[in-house]
Amino acid sequence: MDDVILGRVLTASTLGFHIIFATIGVGMPIVIMVLEFLGIRKKDTDYLTMARRIAKGYTVTVAVGVVTGTIIGLQLSLIWPEFMRLGGQIIALPLFMETFAFFFEAIFLGIYLYTWDRFKNLWYHWMLNIPIILGATLSAVFITTVNSFMNTPAGFDMADGELINAEPLTAMFNPSSWVRMFHVVATAYMTAVFIIASIGAFKLLRSKFKEDRTYHKKGLKAMMVAGVITALLTVLAGDFSAKFLHNHQPEKLAAMEWHFDTEENADLVLFGMLDEESQEINYELRIPGFLSFLAGSSFDTEVTGLNDIPEENHPPMIIHYFFDIMVFFGMYALGVSIIYFIAKFTKGLNEHHPALLYAYVLAGPLSVAAIEAGWFLAEMGRQPWILRGYMRVSEAITNADGLGMALIAFVALYAVLGVTCVYVLLKMFKDKSAQAERLELYGESNKGGHL
Amino acid sequence: MNYEIIGITVLWTFLYGYIIIASIDFGAGFFNFYAKVTGVENIISPIIKRYLNPVWEVTNVFFVFFFVGIVGFYPDTAYYYGTALLIPASIALILLSIRGSYYAFNSYNKIPKISWDFLYGATGLLIPASLSVALVISEGGYIIEDAGGIQLDLEALLYSTYSWSVVFLAIISVLYISSGFLTFYADRAKAAKAVELTRRWFLIWTLPMLVITQFVFLGLRDHNYEHFMNAQELWYLFGLSLLSMGIAIFLIWKRRNYGIAFIMIMLQFAFAFYGYGISKMPYILYPHVEVNTSIVNDAMAMSLTIVFILGLLLLIPSLALLLRLFLFDKDYVQGKDKSKY
Repeated sequence: MDDVILGRVLTASTLGFHIIFATIGVGMPIVIMVLEFLGIRKKDTDYLTMARRIAKGYTVTVAVGVVTGTIIGLQLSLIWPEFMRLGGQIIALPLFMETFAFFFEAIFLGIYLYTWDRFKNLWYHWMLNIPIILGATLSAVFITTVNSFMNTPAGFDMADGELINAEPLTAMFNPSSWVRMFHVVATAYMTAVFIIASIGAFKLLRSKFKEDRTYHKKGLKAMMVAGVITALLTVLAGDFSAKFLHNHQPEKLAAMEWHFDTEENADLVLFGMLDEESQEINYELRIPGFLSFLAGSSFDTEVTGLNDIPEENHPPMIIHYFFDIMVFFGMYALGVSIIYFIAKFTKGLNEHHPALLYAYVLAGPLSVAAIEAGWFLAEMGRQPWILRGYMRVSEAITNADGLGMALIAFVALYAVLGVTCVYVLLKMFKDKSAQAERLELYGESNKGGHL
Repeated sequence: MNYEIIGITVLWTFLYGYIIIASIDFGAGFFNFYAKVTGVENIISPIIKRYLNPVWEVTNVFFVFFFVGIVGFYPDTAYYYGTALLIPASIALILLSIRGSYYAFNSYNKIPKISWDFLYGATGLLIPASLSVALVISEGGYIIEDAGGIQLDLEALLYSTYSWSVVFLAIISVLYISSGFLTFYADRAKAAKAVELTRRWFLIWTLPMLVITQFVFLGLRDHNYEHFMNAQELWYLFGLSLLSMGIAIFLIWKRRNYGIAFIMIMLQFAFAFYGYGISKMPYILYPHVEVNTSIVNDAMAMSLTIVFILGLLLLIPSLALLLRLFLFDKDYVQGKDKSKY
């Protein structure tokens, strides 16, 4: 196989695997913080036990996140040395800052996990959440600016292939940074929340420990509240993204919408199949004028079509499917959390009806799928560029031998790590009910009672 | 001061930091496995675990910090090392991943598995060996540059005395440093039996340590005579290193002041490591990458330096807190902390 393809597949496998753990890594501290807050505030050891159990599982995912993050950090130079030689002149700052943010998080996570019972005043321990969230979120923010820079480079000039007049901050806060930071952080919070909601719903359906039902219902409710908020933020972020793409990366918007002719009142295309030769779309769902509306809040907005973009700069048309998956799976979670509240506040409906529980169970995995699809969309959407407008992917690939071997070895590694991680996580919570653990940690002091 | 000097000093210091704390970590993993196999695990394993639990992630960040920093300050290194090290670095990455994950998997698994202890222990010795390849090729002579680009001369690497002496130096240092640290930590935990065990491990590794350092010098003389001569001029640094080693061995032999003994071990490595680093100047990768010609543009170098200073202001108090809570907290170290986890 061609080295460029090998390099791309290897990078995609690493990132595709890492992003699951990275998303959990960024989002889960929020969940833990909320639950610990509820526990201390309501003097309810159920919530505290929940926070501790989640934190324990979280540690395992962090371990995998850390190692895969290290891998991608080095692989950037190993697979794309020419890019790092050029890009290093300008992306070094956010990469460096990301390391600091992560360092900060790692230190406080270590402290957090091993000091649950050390402080008399429980709020002291709770406050350790703050540096963890700060570190986790900032590292997501900084690393997103790097990726944004690759999509919309700014803050330097090129003269004879040399990079001059570097402005590190302009490069960092390039046109796409803000939108993407918001999008990445909101979806990470949302995904973590719905993963926990899914687990709660699943346990209500299947747990063999009947004494845990109240515990899981409490958890599900807290997550649904957080879920509505974070999902709405995500929708807002998605809307910003569409407007941003319209203004700064029209070729990506056009490809993901199979939008060929530049026109006003452009239709939004959902689903469908494309015949690339004839540019004909079949079986699609068309919302008239809505693409223009998304792009510029008005049906008169003129949206650039692919036919007005040089063919060698077209992204692959497949990204339309990723777009569909991202939007629908993301919306699904929002829908589910709204249904939960409708059921809860409507007489005669039960928010814990098994059919609804099954629907909640899907929300977590589908959110993760939406994250994956979103990144595939974002990354394939800037093909053929590695540094949009400046360096093509084919110019950045390493000339060293052995990419094929590396690909096989890393994919095998991810498979093994993934399987073992799931095995350990399942085993961790299988044989002991949450109530048994609560008793072990907090003694007889009752849930909802004194602490 | 010039940015190229600031950059390399910062990076070298972080690399030194990584070598010390990673050696403790890698060695601890190996000794943990060894103790389980030889049936003395109840003496030492709880102590190792108590130390590693809160700090294992931090160790890894030191490494990330170093490679992000070097690419940031000297982007050319990404090109040369990135191309040449595709295979060796991939191997190191896979080992690092197995080690990091299986440490966590095993710690939080209900019934720890001995096979996972093995993965975790064995990789602890292989990682330093594979990472040391990067230092070896920095001496030059293992990279071929032609019209097609860069290639690593794997054959030259495999048949060179110098590369093997560095590999063994890395492995022996890991066992030496970590047994020295564990002696100190076990002493703080007031675990007399564990002190005896780790003290013996330490004394066993002193002799190979002395021998291998001589081999490295001989190898360097063969391989890069210019660098070897530069190192000769810094003989006093290497002398101080040897002296520190002597004091460390003496103290541990006499069962006295394990804390100072470990500081001496750190000094021993500091003198040798900085001596080696200074004598290497101005090359980061002989003869392709020099500190003064490959430094990143001024604007970036300045912002990196500022961020570095701000970052340290944040990190040093945090690290101090971490150490205070887990390394210098008597109750925690002695296992009396009531935290249930």
